[in-house]
Amino acid sequence: MAGAAPILETRDLTIRFGGHVAVDGVSCAFERGTLTAIVGPNGAGKTTYFNLISGQLRASAGAVLLKGAPITRLAAPARARLGLGRAFQLTNLFPNLNVLENVRLAVQARAGTGLDFLSMAARRRDLAARAEACLARVRLAERAHASAAALSHGDQRKLEVAILLALEPDIFMFDEPTAGMSVDEVPVILDLIEAIKREGDKTVLLVEHKMDVVRRLADRVIVLHNGALVADGEPAAVVASPIVQEAYLGIRTAP
Amino acid sequence: MRRGAGRRPLDWLLSGDRPGGRVLSLLLLAVLLGLAFAPFLFPGTRPLGVAARICIFIVLAASYDIMLGYTGIASFAHTMFFGMGAYGVAIALAKLPVGWDAVLLGAAAGVALAALVAILIGLLSLRVRAIFFSMITLAVASFALILATELRDLTGGEDGLTFSVPRLLTPGFRLAAEPVLGVRLDGRLVTYYLIFVLSLALFLAMLRIVNSPFGRVLQAIRENEFRAEALGYRTLVYRTLAGALSAALAALAGAMMALLLRYNGPAVTLSFDVMVDILLMVVIGGMGTLYGPVLGAVVLVMAEYYLQPAMAALSRSLAGWPVLPVLFHPDRWLLWLGVLFVLIVYFFPAGIVGSLRRQAR
Repeated sequence: MAGAAPILETRDLTIRFGGHVAVDGVSCAFERGTLTAIVGPNGAGKTTYFNLISGQLRASAGAVLLKGAPITRLAAPARARLGLGRAFQLTNLFPNLNVLENVRLAVQARAGTGLDFLSMAARRRDLAARAEACLARVRLAERAHASAAALSHGDQRKLEVAILLALEPDIFMFDEPTAGMSVDEVPVILDLIEAIKREGDKTVLLVEHKMDVVRRLADRVIVLHNGALVADGEPAAVVASPIVQEAYLGIRTAP
Repeated sequence: MRRGAGRRPLDWLLSGDRPGGRVLSLLLLAVLLGLAFAPFLFPGTRPLGVAARICIFIVLAASYDIMLGYTGIASFAHTMFFGMGAYGVAIALAKLPVGWDAVLLGAAAGVALAALVAILIGLLSLRVRAIFFSMITLAVASFALILATELRDLTGGEDGLTFSVPRLLTPGFRLAAEPVLGVRLDGRLVTYYLIFVLSLALFLAMLRIVNSPFGRVLQAIRENEFRAEALGYRTLVYRTLAGALSAALAALAGAMMALLLRYNGPAVTLSFDVMVDILLMVVIGGMGTLYGPVLGAVVLVMAEYYLQPAMAALSRSLAGWPVLPVLFHPDRWLLWLGVLFVLIVYFFPAGIVGSLRRQAR
């Protein structure tokens, strides 16, 4: 662990909604080039933890550090520009724009050309080409001109991933990327996440329910329960540990 | 859109945003030709005034659509910006020596003030949500209306300002001694073509803006502001810039209105009747496409000017029938205008352009 600062770190990260503590003093560091799975039962605070990291929610206490610098007070757009890329659990697209446009908006955000109001967006072939490449990676190229709202649920999930690819972030945050996908679609996304991981310098945070997915992809697993971090370690060890068996899988182990 | 289509000059002019659909294209072409040759097709002072109004309201309604249809922001302060441009020109021409420098100075001051106020409103609305933003714009617009009526020394109060325009634009000015195609080449004609060319240029500029990378971000904000932020767009900046652009364009429309009427007062450019007109133009024509406000402006301005005489003729021809002549008496024109709007909104919920595009598909 010694040496360079972790690429992302949360220190005593806490958020309260009224009297309810949704994320409770979570301290965790994420090393560059690793894939960490975040597991826990429904309502454990996984998505809320994600929202605190990517800036959709502001912490009540604690800090988020990106490459050693605190970003706790930055808004979501600023964090996105610093390299935190987020894909959402609930489909979160631009419904009446077409598929290509959805991705092109992400390419454009990355390229920083959003304030250009004099050139024709349709003539920026460079932006469109990059968007098309991202669509090809999730096998959505042939649906490029359909409106996002017209896509099947599985295709919308793929589009969500394509948007994240187009942002070219340092840190990929996937929130149950394969939820609701058909069996034959799931491998496309898993292979893609594996490919991102194999690039070596990308850091991936993955909220996932399916244990086989976690075992296949994760270098490390952390467990959230009632907003607190209750286990952290190698996938095999964490999944087998009594606290996970009880907290996550709901199996009561003998004392 | 087909690949390579963007290289043709027409696509450059329209920024790749073709109307879509043959009926719609023909309608728009008819509007363009009708306005381009209005003085020759519809001779007379009154039709020329109507045509000029249509041009101005196309710019005004289209600039409003950038806010409402593209960015998804409902502002009720659009007439205020319209009024700022009109008052800028009116005050400059009423208080300064009449000349083009006064026109330009007045228009520039109006545009700058409109953009500045729009930016302030945008920043004020930092954290307020849609409905509160609308309320704020309503309050600011009411305040501007009261201010314009109270600052009598500057604005002429309720009576407004009557002023002279540069000689080139006066009815007495003659471009040529002889009429061409039966039309006198006077200052009214020059005024009309000044307004027509400016409106066309401003419309094409707006078409470029909404089809630029910036315009795409505005649409993204309309569709899902939360997601746009997650992509890294500071949506407040984009919304504020869209507001400032829209306000500046409305002020330019106001400046043209002042030059056309050689008069400006609160009822002409600041009243909420004008705001309702703009809203109807955008909704009836079709939101989220700039071609909608074009048709909306044509329909509304024409209805306001020609429904009354048309009803008078109808009422006369129905003389002898029971009830009907009373029902179609010209005094009932507002009633029928209302019926017309309800029918249009009912049968064309996506506006005229939206419906025509769906049919073409």
